Amino acid sequence: MVSQMPAQPSTGDPLITARGLVKRFGDFTAVDGIDVDVHRGEAFGFLGPNGAGKSSTMRMVGAVSPVTEGTLRILGMDPAVEGPAIRARLGVCPQEDTLDVELTVRENLLVYGRYFGLAKDVIAERTQALLEFVQLAERAESKVEPLSGGMKRRLTIARSLINQPDILLLDEPTTGLDPQARHVVWDRLFRLKQQGVTLVLTTHYMDEAEQLCDRLVVMDAGKIAAEGSPLELIREWSTREVVELRFPVDETEDAGAKIEALAASEASLAQLVARVEILPDRVLLYAESGDDASAEIHRLGVTALSVLVRRSTLEDVFLRLTGRTLVD
Amino acid sequence: MALLDTARPPAVPGRPPTSELVLRAFAFWITQYRRTWRGTAISTVLEPVGFLAAMGVGLGALVNQHHGTSSVAGAGYLEFIAPGLLAASAMQAASFESTYPVMGAIKWNKQYHAMLATPLRVVDALAGHLLFVLMRLTITCLVFLGVMLAFGAVESPWAFAALPVAVLTGMAYATPIFAFAATRENDSGFAMLFRFGIVPMFLFSGTFFPVSQLPGWMQPIAWAVPLWHGVDLCRDLVFGTATWGPALVHVGYLALWVAVSFVVALRMFSKRLVS
Repeated sequence: MVSQMPAQPSTGDPLITARGLVKRFGDFTAVDGIDVDVHRGEAFGFLGPNGAGKSSTMRMVGAVSPVTEGTLRILGMDPAVEGPAIRARLGVCPQEDTLDVELTVRENLLVYGRYFGLAKDVIAERTQALLEFVQLAERAESKVEPLSGGMKRRLTIARSLINQPDILLLDEPTTGLDPQARHVVWDRLFRLKQQGVTLVLTTHYMDEAEQLCDRLVVMDAGKIAAEGSPLELIREWSTREVVELRFPVDETEDAGAKIEALAASEASLAQLVARVEILPDRVLLYAESGDDASAEIHRLGVTALSVLVRRSTLEDVFLRLTGRTLVD
Repeated sequence: MALLDTARPPAVPGRPPTSELVLRAFAFWITQYRRTWRGTAISTVLEPVGFLAAMGVGLGALVNQHHGTSSVAGAGYLEFIAPGLLAASAMQAASFESTYPVMGAIKWNKQYHAMLATPLRVVDALAGHLLFVLMRLTITCLVFLGVMLAFGAVESPWAFAALPVAVLTGMAYATPIFAFAATRENDSGFAMLFRFGIVPMFLFSGTFFPVSQLPGWMQPIAWAVPLWHGVDLCRDLVFGTATWGPALVHVGYLALWVAVSFVVALRMFSKRLVS
């Protein structure tokens, strides 16, 4: 899988450097002193639940929202001074579409390309290539309004590439899309990554982060909780496998307490299970071998409605780091 | 085809001149106008025809009959209200162009947000949109003057100088309303603006009768209203009776409204768009 790929070697100065970056809105601190470096050719992710400060970070990196405290350099420049020069070299795919729904697909790209001062013939040429890339070439003359959510998102991606950006910023690129549309978007983003485009994305989907990111930070309450490649994070903060046990409604809590007690008293179980996590609807056993752990728990007299052994994911990392699940 | 140009030179500081960035924002509104102008074209022509026919010719016949043709400022009623309506229609067109489109560009279609993700700054997005409103007002007022000519309501070649004055009057409304619209969460405030702001000004700023006929305490209020300055100067120009002193005061007052409101609008836009 993609997440197994080693992070690309970093070359030269980072494209984005943040030190002690803070964003406050009145009394509320949205971003609370984060340090980040993003290198050329890297796919970098901010993973965290809604309200973690991801979008505020992205708006600062996009040279739109002013930095409250700390230093931020994008392409070696200070966004407070060189906003237009920085934005000229960024591609931005915002969380909420900012397409003009009354204009056609082609006109949207034309208008946007003009903001960058591109000549009409250059825009026309790139529009053709970009619409083919996002599989919207047949819809070039249709208005944006009737397009599906997935198509609009792909159009936004095409639009964000019109200036051949050094960095592509994607804020929640597949939020609100159905599973099929998500996979199409992922496929296109993965192709961009292979072409060497530097991607910076925020997401609260762990599968999205695992598929697309070479390296990511886990954000919670405005702070960075951990940093690394998806594989590194899973190795460091979780076990290889997880056993998911489900019990009849209302019995989950008691069953979980019983398992915790067993893990503390029975050496045979403690050897196999590194950690027990009790969620409202299931109990998780973190183990190197899920089969061994589930066999042992069964031998000790715990019978679950269903038993599922799976690989650890970033969801487990997040749970370990924050005590909460990513998507409620 | 590669979507990226990897041989691109590194990014450098600096930006194009402000005028260039403003024109890029202006170009967007032109593109959108090309799609929608047909819908507005008919009303742009029919409105002055309707007003001049009903108020100037129809009601005017009654007014002239009762008071003689030279009763109101020494002219027939049609000639009297036509320049006033020119300025007033600039105000009305300006208020429509500055309410819903501004809110749409902030909240519904979010075109301002799209602009701000590019080299454009808040000041460029604001000035580019205002420039478009200026162009729209120029078209509206030009058509109105044409209709006035057709009705024989133009007395002097100076009437053509009334065109920029009417447009300036419109901008004295567009700019503060841009600022107002940027503070609104929804469009319910716009109905209030029209009901308690635009309509009373339309009725009591010297368009239909001289403000000297207002009760004494209301006259200073009328003098403070930008529309009165536009109406008064447009009328003097169309009659060919304008003098430099009052003309400069009118133009200066209207320009001051535009300038101060632009600063306020820029602040409101910044607060709303790039917090």
